[in-house]
Amino acid sequence: MQVNGEFKPLIVAFCCNWCSYAGADLAGNNRLNYPAEVKIIRVPCSCRVNPMFILRAFQRGADGVILCGCHPGDCHYTSGNYYTRRRMALLFSMLDYLGIEKERTRVEWVSAAEGAKFAATMNDFVEKVTALGENKRLEDLRCKK
Amino acid sequence: MQEIKREDLIAKAAQLLADGTVDRVIGWKKGEFDYDVTPAVFTSKEELENEFVWNDFCGANFSKYLRKEAEKTESKAAVFLKPCDTYSFNQLLTEHKFDREKVYAVGVPCNGMLDDSKIKAAANGISSVSEENGKVAVETLYDGKITLERNEMLAERCVNCKSKKHVAYDELLGEDGEVLDSARFDEVAKIEAMSADERFAFWQNELSRCIRCNACRNICPACTCEKCVFDNPDSGVENKAIADSFEEKMFHIIRAFHVVGRCTDCGECSRVCPQNIPLHLLNRKFIKDINGFYGDYQAGAEAGSRAPIVDFTKEDLEPGEAVERGGENA
Amino acid sequence: MRKISLDKLNQLFAEIASKNSLYIPVDTAAGAKYEKYDGTQTMSDALNTTRSAKDFFFPQTENLVDFKVEGKNIEIKEPVNEYEDFVIFGARACDVKSFEILDRVFLADPVDNFYKNRREHGVVVSMACTKPAETCFCGTFGIDAAAPAGDIVCHKTADAVYFDAKTDKGAKLLESLNALTEDTDSAAVDAQTAQTREVLKKLPLAGLDASAFGADKTMEFFNRPEWQTISESCLGCGTCTFVCPTCQCYDIKDFNTGNEVKRYRCWDSCMYSDFTKMAHGNIRNSQVERFRQRFMHKLVYYPTNNEGIFGCVGCGRCMAKCPVNMNIVKVMRKLGGNK
Repeated sequence: MQVNGEFKPLIVAFCCNWCSYAGADLAGNNRLNYPAEVKIIRVPCSCRVNPMFILRAFQRGADGVILCGCHPGDCHYTSGNYYTRRRMALLFSMLDYLGIEKERTRVEWVSAAEGAKFAATMNDFVEKVTALGENKRLEDLRCKK
Repeated sequence: MQEIKREDLIAKAAQLLADGTVDRVIGWKKGEFDYDVTPAVFTSKEELENEFVWNDFCGANFSKYLRKEAEKTESKAAVFLKPCDTYSFNQLLTEHKFDREKVYAVGVPCNGMLDDSKIKAAANGISSVSEENGKVAVETLYDGKITLERNEMLAERCVNCKSKKHVAYDELLGEDGEVLDSARFDEVAKIEAMSADERFAFWQNELSRCIRCNACRNICPACTCEKCVFDNPDSGVENKAIADSFEEKMFHIIRAFHVVGRCTDCGECSRVCPQNIPLHLLNRKFIKDINGFYGDYQAGAEAGSRAPIVDFTKEDLEPGEAVERGGENA
Repeated sequence: MRKISLDKLNQLFAEIASKNSLYIPVDTAAGAKYEKYDGTQTMSDALNTTRSAKDFFFPQTENLVDFKVEGKNIEIKEPVNEYEDFVIFGARACDVKSFEILDRVFLADPVDNFYKNRREHGVVVSMACTKPAETCFCGTFGIDAAAPAGDIVCHKTADAVYFDAKTDKGAKLLESLNALTEDTDSAAVDAQTAQTREVLKKLPLAGLDASAFGADKTMEFFNRPEWQTISESCLGCGTCTFVCPTCQCYDIKDFNTGNEVKRYRCWDSCMYSDFTKMAHGNIRNSQVERFRQRFMHKLVYYPTNNEGIFGCVGCGRCMAKCPVNMNIVKVMRKLGGNK
């Protein structure tokens, strides 16, 4: 979206309840800055994220979608994030195949102790997506304001 | 030209009916023209003799009918399976989609099936299609007889046939073939080699033709959900409207994604598309990626095998790396 | 009757396109399709476009109204539809007949204004067929492919296109093109028409007879056991209904964009599981019932409500596009008893 003539990307971050959401919390507690354009959606496990969630986020106006979960091996449900890893590898590769900018999607493992990594990841992701500009290739014209 | 003759299939079917092995046979039924063949269920020898066909247009995969028939009664149904059909057969077995005990599978060798749309593009007003010295002879209403090269009229999936080997059957007619070293990923690699802008333009052009008829989904042997996510009025996604180009992309990405690791690359989606969208190139991209990322895997090659999408190793590559490597996995 | 030589046809297109939007059939990788003329395309000689011409009057998706909710207020926004004057060039006899079938549905009381507006703004220039395909059976429904209806009727010969205006709207358009066309007699057209009629008689489906079907035959056909067997191959996709020029069922749905709600209508297909789905459930739960509905509608219900006119025009699109080659001809053969 454009704010005062300047492009501010809308970022949807799916965060798993056990690690990444707590990591975001820690970032907040530690007063670490990351852009307000990041909208966090809490999910029980990164594996809960269906490919359709990611596409639907783009449809409703997201310019970038990032998925954060526990580090491989640390999943609260033992193996959820291993499945996430395979699914997203295939999905992102497919999006790239369709010509959709690969910088718009990302998976990052953030533990509950990594508040600093969470903030740094978000800052970096927002910066990359800002450089790309508005999401045009996966937009739904009906959802434009 | 198919190696096994129609008469042999009828004789086999009639024998299975007569000795009580089965009480019905799933086969192909002749239509108005030589090329419009419809899947059908036969219950008597007379029916078979009058209406059964086996020719170069028997491309339809019987998976959907097989599942339906196996659920109907306690008795067995016979089904004719081409090599590629046996992969779908195994895959359905893996997913417990039908009772193996209720099906008698007869393997039939296949020399590749013709694409009637290619013949129609080459000939106006087709009154008959036949085989002549290894070529396709078409009698037309306006230009007399036209002779076409059989190889050029083959369906895309048959040009890139992955296997002539039957991976499942109770009985095999004729000789079994081998798994082939096909060039089926070449087309995918060609698209991968394009720039992102070119790829986007390519798919935008292809997918914008979609009329949301759902034929690709309904024919797909791997689409076995009782209720499709696209048929759920509460999901907020379109199942029939051409509402926005986003919806088409989402439908086709999700359609292909939902059969990842289960798609045997039978090519039915592309065969049935009324708008000639090369849908198999989406499915093949996933297959190619699976092979490149997690090791070669052919869905349906072995009943009971575990698909890579429901499996993992601790050393799997990260999604970020996958995207970087995407195009390089030949 | 007016004529123009073939090499000047593009000039004529340019002239029409300078005043109205002009749509002509163009060959593409996926078969012929109507495209807006921009001076670069050449007209396709294909018999049928892959999708029918009904889209011009009854598009697959159409926005009806938008709602915006803010606090306790609901703002209702009627869409501003600007209807352009347009010309469809080269519609075949079957497609032109389909407009009449749609008219009887959409222009009957209560009139569908969206459809009516488009219909009033469109001029249909039809093209007589000379080489009907093996799948053509418009003759079964009394349509003469050699002499279509339409505002202007065209005949294309080896070197010229002949025009004959049939309505006031057509006469007006044709008159505006007088500078490009010349007056002529109908000899060439008559010869071609006679020739085409001979071809039509020899088509493989020429003997297909619909007389067993028609108005008030519901009880005769509804409970026939054959429905079970012929519907068995049907996959329940919507290909036949979406390429059909006369299928007119639609659904009205809401889409929540996040900012507002868009109410739109889109084509529906009686083959789909959510067709006729209502609060209490679905009245047609099996594919047999859905399959029967489609053909009973075309062959019995529509004629019952419309003075015996059939709801099929014999264009053959469903024959060409059905994934499993099950189509209305096979249904008519099986139930109507004609071989």
